[in-house]
Amino acid sequence: MYRYSDWDEAFVRARVAEFSDQVERRLTGALSEDEFRPLRLMNGLYLQLHAYMLRVAVPYGTLSARQMRALAEISEKWDRGYGHFTTRQNIQFNWPKLEDVPAILSALADVEMHAIQTSGNCIRNVTTDPFAGAAADEVADPRPYAELIRQWSTDHPEFQFLPRKFKIAITGSAEDRAVIRAHDIGLRLVERDGALGFEVIVGGGLGRTPILGEVIRDFLPEADLLPYLEAVVSVYNGLGRRDNKYKARIKITMQENGIEAYRAATEARFAELRPLFGGADRAALAEIAAQFAPPALVAREAGTFDAAYAADPVFRAWADTNLAAHRRPDHAIVTVSLKAHGQAPGDASAVQMRLLADLAEEFGHGELRISQYQNVVLPHVARADLPALYARLKAAGLATANVGLVSDIIACPGLDFCALATARSIPVAQAIALHFDALKLEHEIGELELKISGCINACAHHHIGHIGILGLDRAGVENYQITLGGDPVAPSARLGDRMGPGFSAEDLIPALERLLLAYLDLRTDRSERFIDTYRRLGAEPFRAALYQTEAKANAA
Amino acid sequence: MARIFQPKVLTANHLRSGAVVWRTVDGRWSADPREAELLTEEADAEVLLLKAQGEALEVIGPYLAEARPGLQGPELVHIRERLRATGPSAGLRVTQLEAL
Repeated sequence: MYRYSDWDEAFVRARVAEFSDQVERRLTGALSEDEFRPLRLMNGLYLQLHAYMLRVAVPYGTLSARQMRALAEISEKWDRGYGHFTTRQNIQFNWPKLEDVPAILSALADVEMHAIQTSGNCIRNVTTDPFAGAAADEVADPRPYAELIRQWSTDHPEFQFLPRKFKIAITGSAEDRAVIRAHDIGLRLVERDGALGFEVIVGGGLGRTPILGEVIRDFLPEADLLPYLEAVVSVYNGLGRRDNKYKARIKITMQENGIEAYRAATEARFAELRPLFGGADRAALAEIAAQFAPPALVAREAGTFDAAYAADPVFRAWADTNLAAHRRPDHAIVTVSLKAHGQAPGDASAVQMRLLADLAEEFGHGELRISQYQNVVLPHVARADLPALYARLKAAGLATANVGLVSDIIACPGLDFCALATARSIPVAQAIALHFDALKLEHEIGELELKISGCINACAHHHIGHIGILGLDRAGVENYQITLGGDPVAPSARLGDRMGPGFSAEDLIPALERLLLAYLDLRTDRSERFIDTYRRLGAEPFRAALYQTEAKANAA
Repeated sequence: MARIFQPKVLTANHLRSGAVVWRTVDGRWSADPREAELLTEEADAEVLLLKAQGEALEVIGPYLAEARPGLQGPELVHIRERLRATGPSAGLRVTQLEAL
């Protein structure tokens, strides 16, 4: 894992000192709230519905056991004993006091973490595949590039006041686990004729104008990454609109100018920038890459795993849903679900965080990841250790076997916490999870992506859920609109189709039950996922199930 | 025809703690919305809001929220305001913690 250089350390400490001074000046009245607000946002501090909220970056989703313990301690010392993991690999503390924030930032700096650029119109925390460095289908580990991008974008003088926020995601795998087409820039490492490069996707984003990003360069030699990124963002900085915040994201700039014009402007700027980089970026990357050397994995017989898998159906259910293929067959990637039925998706208590840190050290080479699905990943576990790990997780209520199923819901904080929300999302997620658990149907239903946003800003990516739910305010009453058929995974990524009128919170769950029972009737067999059946049959039979009307189309 | 003014309460967040507070009849900031002053005159409400905007060392983000008279004091009309008063309706499940 990456360790801070002296320069990183000095930079983060200087920022803590600077912000501590700004907080002091706000508390004594030397700064007005209007002056202070952009300064606190630059350091990840929001004012939400009930309190301040501090958003801390988990850089490219990677945490050491030591960092996880520090997050637990911060949550106990200065917050309410828990943290909330988000869809962009951040952790949010919902209850910090303004006067405590300098101490929190200092505690974060002690473990090489910060909240810089987790808000504001700048380049945000770079996200990546939570299975990076472990996945069987990986071309190359994307994390060294993610760290290079972090260093390049942090305090980049040209990009501190972009027209709007800017999000970059990067993956090194064939299977997209980083939602790259829903980002301002999505990068995928690819190999061509033995050379490593990037497919560069630009102009994706959800929110009120959902658009999937398009390929602007199908193969960028990896050595050209930073000058090319700088060109893309530089063109946006010049062309992007500042007159209307709803038209300010790069996706709008791309649509207004057209991809051909945008590509031409980017290539022209790239030609200017490329010679200016002079190899410093290459030297930095080489230093960074050395720190991402894979852990020394020891060959292990998997006999204990095979025995437990054969003997224990509960373990088997967990293994079937929560494990992913590691690049070494005697190891596995473990996803620990933070979606126990009825729990707030993505919340982890301090006790749970500490336990996960312990388990990472005992079984997983001290490494943890945070996934876009608001779960925690142990990327390198020997299959032989899985029964013991499972037993420990189970004792702590962390062995829910639901990864990728209907209750593995992505939910934004919604109206329970967020100042922008128009409806609640967490209680809806909890009720859905409890309902389908009670019906004992979720394993029968199989793979399903259900995402719930509490407002049009779409933090939970509802547009690209197989089932997407958008909570709105209809004359003071929460109302939930359904989209179906969305798909987050590039290259087949697709925006969902909006169904008809929304449902009240009360009517929503019976409607979802009708929808999923209809799917069970309509699918050819268990191997046909909900999204596959939807693709095969189209919206009509599902719309009919939702609204209890006769299907117009022939379902056969 | 003149628009009818819906009664309001004045609310904000406490600067240091971030806690939600409401303006009381006697000019304090209280954590209990039932203590809030129900403002039935638009002019009074606007003046109080301006005053609160000047209290930058105590509160941030003051605004007027619709309310109606209730038996125990003002009752907040919109669900957003009611959630601000009660706190999140969904939290971490304590059963998980007790299992440890």
